[in-house]
Amino acid sequence: MSPRDIGGYTADVAQPAVSADETWQLRLYVTDRTPKCVRALANLQRVCTHWLPGRHHIEVVDLVENPRRAAEDQIVAVPTLVKAYPPPVSVIVGDLSDAERLLDGMQLRPGNSPTM
Amino acid sequence: MAALFEAPAGPLLPKARTGIAGLDEITRGGLPEGRSTLVTGGTGCGKTLLGLQFLVAGAREYGEPGVLVTFEESAEKVTANVASLGFGLDQLQKDGLLAIHAFRPQPAGVTEIGEFDFEPLFLLLDDAIKRIGARRVVLDTIEALFAAFKSEMVVRAELGRLFRWLEDREVTAIVTGERGANEALSRYGIEEYVSDCVIALDHHMHDGVATRRLQVVKYRGSAHETNEFPFLISASGFTVLPVTAVGLDYSASEERISTGVPRLDYMLSGGLFRGSSVLVSGAAGTGKTTLGGYLIDATCARGERALLILHEESANEVIRNLRSIGLDLRRWVEAGLLRIWAARPSAFGLETHLAIVSGLLDEHAPDVVVVDGVASLLGGPTGGEVISMLTRKFHLFKTRGITSLATILAEQGDETAAGVSSRADTWLLLRNVESNGERNRLLFVLKSRGTAHSNQVREFVLTSDGVQLIDVYVGPAGMMTGSARLTQEIRERDARLQQQAELQRRERELRRHIAQGQAQIAALRDDMASAEAELGLIADSQERQAADADAARQAMEAQRWADPDKDNDQGQR
Repeated sequence: MSPRDIGGYTADVAQPAVSADETWQLRLYVTDRTPKCVRALANLQRVCTHWLPGRHHIEVVDLVENPRRAAEDQIVAVPTLVKAYPPPVSVIVGDLSDAERLLDGMQLRPGNSPTM
Repeated sequence: MAALFEAPAGPLLPKARTGIAGLDEITRGGLPEGRSTLVTGGTGCGKTLLGLQFLVAGAREYGEPGVLVTFEESAEKVTANVASLGFGLDQLQKDGLLAIHAFRPQPAGVTEIGEFDFEPLFLLLDDAIKRIGARRVVLDTIEALFAAFKSEMVVRAELGRLFRWLEDREVTAIVTGERGANEALSRYGIEEYVSDCVIALDHHMHDGVATRRLQVVKYRGSAHETNEFPFLISASGFTVLPVTAVGLDYSASEERISTGVPRLDYMLSGGLFRGSSVLVSGAAGTGKTTLGGYLIDATCARGERALLILHEESANEVIRNLRSIGLDLRRWVEAGLLRIWAARPSAFGLETHLAIVSGLLDEHAPDVVVVDGVASLLGGPTGGEVISMLTRKFHLFKTRGITSLATILAEQGDETAAGVSSRADTWLLLRNVESNGERNRLLFVLKSRGTAHSNQVREFVLTSDGVQLIDVYVGPAGMMTGSARLTQEIRERDARLQQQAELQRRERELRRHIAQGQAQIAALRDDMASAEAELGLIADSQERQAADADAARQAMEAQRWADPDKDNDQGQR
């Protein structure tokens, strides 16, 4: 499958710009199964499956179960995606419905990657 | 304590007291209970402090635990910032009376992709409210939260939802916000509509003097004061100073304290009420400071504490001047009972000045405060500002139960003193009277609330032994003082002596007259007696003559041998 077909977006560059041995640590904060959160998770998984196959770990944090974690982790909005590794840490808020911008936000684009 | 308000607070609108001196008065009882209040103002206006004090008062005094969510600083920083105010936020948190959560803007910024909401904030609030049974919530400041996000549509929707959510939880909330562009009350323009109460804080320069002001812009369903009120942030926190003392609830003491001038105490039915305020107005050199000095001396002599605030002279000057009339204030300073603060009026802004005074009150804890030269605080008597200033000071003193005396420079006919006088419980007017080439001082008790007071004028005499109040001469020639009074008194004494002499003379005259009358009566009696005696003699001689004539006739008859019975009747006719 071509990257251009995934998630209905068009990528400028065909190759993921990450070194092959790194596992991405991603955290997605949600509040139960609200439509926005379900959408966000689906959008994230779709991108990761294509761009980071076998090299990503998504932790889903449900703040309904632990509301105080919101203050501890400084999460005021949901859904919030935190790319904890590799650095730099980036924070993306929203249902991640724009895959183009998600790639930018995660610095997953080859042009942005220090490894290229 | 039940406050009697002048206007009804609205039909059964429950209110949550803020515990902030002055604010509960102008909102007629506090913020709308179970509703949201927007506190708006620029940076450094005191929004955070107002919110914190509201929470601390709720936790400590009204049995209402509270939650603070700050979007500007860390929880530790908030606690540290107000530690100096004695808020003790750490302890309140340990006691389960306060919960603090902090959200800081992400330093790297946030990318927004698609829809989102602020549900974590709601969850966190809900958790905190349930955990400590909170009745109060403060969100500080809402702009710092929403400004971190670009999607205005989401922000607006969530802002509206937040206010509705708080209302559903029936917590009394303060949401602080920044003012928007063009003097708008809020940034998004919806905060003030969804809030039941809006309080605007302002910090601006007024004639080169920094002043903080507070205004209740809106209060749904309740009467409230609409004016801008000055407020200050001092060592004891946030204090609003109502200019018009509506519904002020001071405790009223029945205790009297001496003014240090016995005759004045007598004129005031035994002295000043403890905790009352005295205004002494008068022209230059009428002895205003002296009266203040006596009050301080009497206070310290009782072992109580006094604070003297000087605006016109230095401490040394006042001590020296008062020593010349026999008052030694230095010993009270040395004994630690008297604190003197001399401040050139121009040295501080109005608000800073009040804050310092407030700080001195906290520090020295005086029973009596004397403020000398209020008008000069603003570089001259300028009506409204002086009134406002003095009212705020009296308010500071009264809320602490401190007896205060303020002197104000007012030339004869000056309206300022009259305007200010309504803020004081007792108004003493000192006046110079010029006549016969000398000036003499008069003291009037123009008013004294709750006291039967003398309406008489006294002459106020300063001697090296102290102050004396002397009756003035009041008579047909008008009021006289000084040497004129003395002259008049001598004149009166002379007149009295003359009158006495005149009376004595008249008495003697009358006595003589009576004596004369009595003598005349005696002489008349003598006359009468001699007349009666004469009358007796006449009668005697008549009898005698008759007897003589009878005897002579008988003798003649006997001689003529006349018929004794026949011719006797005829001969006798």
